[in-house]
Amino acid sequence: MQDTERSPFRLTLARILGNTSVRVGGIVVLLIVLMGIFAPHLGTRDPGAIAPKNRYKEPGYAATMRDYNTGQKVQVIYKMGSDTLGRDVYSRVIYGARTSLIVGISVASIAIFCGMIIGLVAGYFRLADGIIMRIMDGMMAIPAILLAIAVVSVFGAGLLSVIVAIVVAEVPRVVRLVRSIVLSIREEPYVEAAITAGTPIPTLLVRHVLPNTVAPLIVQGTFIVASAIIIEAILSFLGIGIPPEIPTWGNIMAEGREAFQLHPYVILYPGVILALTVLSVNILGDGLRDTMDPRFAKRV
Amino acid sequence: MASYLFKRILATIPVMLFVAIFIFLLLRLTPGDPAAIIAGDFATTEQIAEIRKKLGLSEPLWKQFFIWFGNALQFDLGESFYYKKEVSELILNRIEPTFSLSLITIIFTVCVAVPLGTMAAYTQGSWVDRFIMGFSVMGFSLPVFVIGYGVIYVFSLKLQWFPVQGYTRIGDSVFGWLHQLILPSLALSVIFIAFIARMTRTSVLEVLSEDYIRTARAKGQTESKVLMRHALRNAAVPVVTVIGLAIAILIGGVVVTESVFNIPGLGLMTVEAVLNRDFPTVQAVILFFSVIYVLINLLVDLSYTLFDPRIRY
Repeated sequence: MQDTERSPFRLTLARILGNTSVRVGGIVVLLIVLMGIFAPHLGTRDPGAIAPKNRYKEPGYAATMRDYNTGQKVQVIYKMGSDTLGRDVYSRVIYGARTSLIVGISVASIAIFCGMIIGLVAGYFRLADGIIMRIMDGMMAIPAILLAIAVVSVFGAGLLSVIVAIVVAEVPRVVRLVRSIVLSIREEPYVEAAITAGTPIPTLLVRHVLPNTVAPLIVQGTFIVASAIIIEAILSFLGIGIPPEIPTWGNIMAEGREAFQLHPYVILYPGVILALTVLSVNILGDGLRDTMDPRFAKRV
Repeated sequence: MASYLFKRILATIPVMLFVAIFIFLLLRLTPGDPAAIIAGDFATTEQIAEIRKKLGLSEPLWKQFFIWFGNALQFDLGESFYYKKEVSELILNRIEPTFSLSLITIIFTVCVAVPLGTMAAYTQGSWVDRFIMGFSVMGFSLPVFVIGYGVIYVFSLKLQWFPVQGYTRIGDSVFGWLHQLILPSLALSVIFIAFIARMTRTSVLEVLSEDYIRTARAKGQTESKVLMRHALRNAAVPVVTVIGLAIAILIGGVVVTESVFNIPGLGLMTVEAVLNRDFPTVQAVILFFSVIYVLINLLVDLSYTLFDPRIRY
């Protein structure tokens, strides 16, 4: 009895984990997450520590430095070179993973949470639908990056305002997705049966409608993570995102701009890691879409 | 037909109204006196008082909105304290580079993405298809500024085929204009090509399974004619729609690309304006880009009747 109850879930899980894209994307994403978590133990130094003597050293440069705590001289190696203030690009790139992941994951969770509620209301209550969808259309008429720039320009640069800015830009897409699912689900016989049985609307929405949105939202959430990481990097790169004292991939690249022609590695390394991260999240999303949400897979 | 045109045009009004309200509220939501923010850090008390009077800041909020909106409709978008110029004049001065960059990018994208997408659909499941789709996922994932610096590194610094940065006005030299725009357009078009190739593939795949394609093949039509005349033509409508929608990606990309390549267009102006807290300019540029985006999509919808005689409203 217990076995038959558990098997559909297990079967689905096996199907998802059997997909090559899910495996490849998932493993790389996992490695990057681990890199962010264990940043202090990966041979990094203080990512903010400046050493004006060692400005713009090529990758692999070995320098002698004084340890802050012990006062002894130690040999350090700039694995990815140093930037305009002599900071270690390697340490900054590793620590930078934290910001990108925090932004990506918080934007996806908040955008999905808000979008789900608004989408459920829009899909189920005809009266609210018109107004909500006109507002969403209006928000989507402003290109996502410009919308984020506008919000950041109001609240000023900072982690929180960057997250809010990207959430505002992503929510309309989630609302549209949830609404379209709700509109098709409410015509299903089991929903009509539940209505006839007198199920109160909140119970109806949570028990019968909401579960149908889970798979598409997980897929959509993965793509939002990728898009949020890119937008954060863009805002930071333009100098209007996260303040420069926090190492983020966008910030490192922004600081490498002026000397790019002479020292391209300051931009090269964070750029490659950023691209790799977004690529693996997108590959994971593609795999999840193919295995979890076949209807959606057909549509795109 | 006329009633459809009318309805479609009417439908853009609430969208534009919302955009206007949003942009208007943006400044009112910032902490502090809007007049002082607009006037900038070095404004005198008289200047601030004058702006307050012009914006009607002592009036209720809805009245302020209509004053602002009324001015915007007459292309009076206020004055930039940073550039010391009318914002509408600033936009006019900066349109050329942005328009040139967008136009070359779109032409390049369509010339590359539509054949790629068609080829992928035609060879569905083969290694060609997989390669093109792999490129498409990659194109989505490479941020435009990373590509930008990549192509500068390879084509300008190493091969020295193109100038590193900057912009030449078309009036000064047509060759110089094109020569300087090739790299930025290349960088900007990657994500666009990825998107449109994928959509073309989906759309052509759908058409290829139609009965009339089988009929065309059955009557002995050559494969190239089946593809060009029967498939691609019918696949055009969704592809054009997607190009219209992707203008949003293009606009976002323009802002970044202009910063990477130091092109003095509207995108670079937006970033400078945000850094200098030059709100009238920020508001005006966002309003301008949004209006362009909505208008292009309106034109795309209306152009369906040209592409597809089956669509008659």
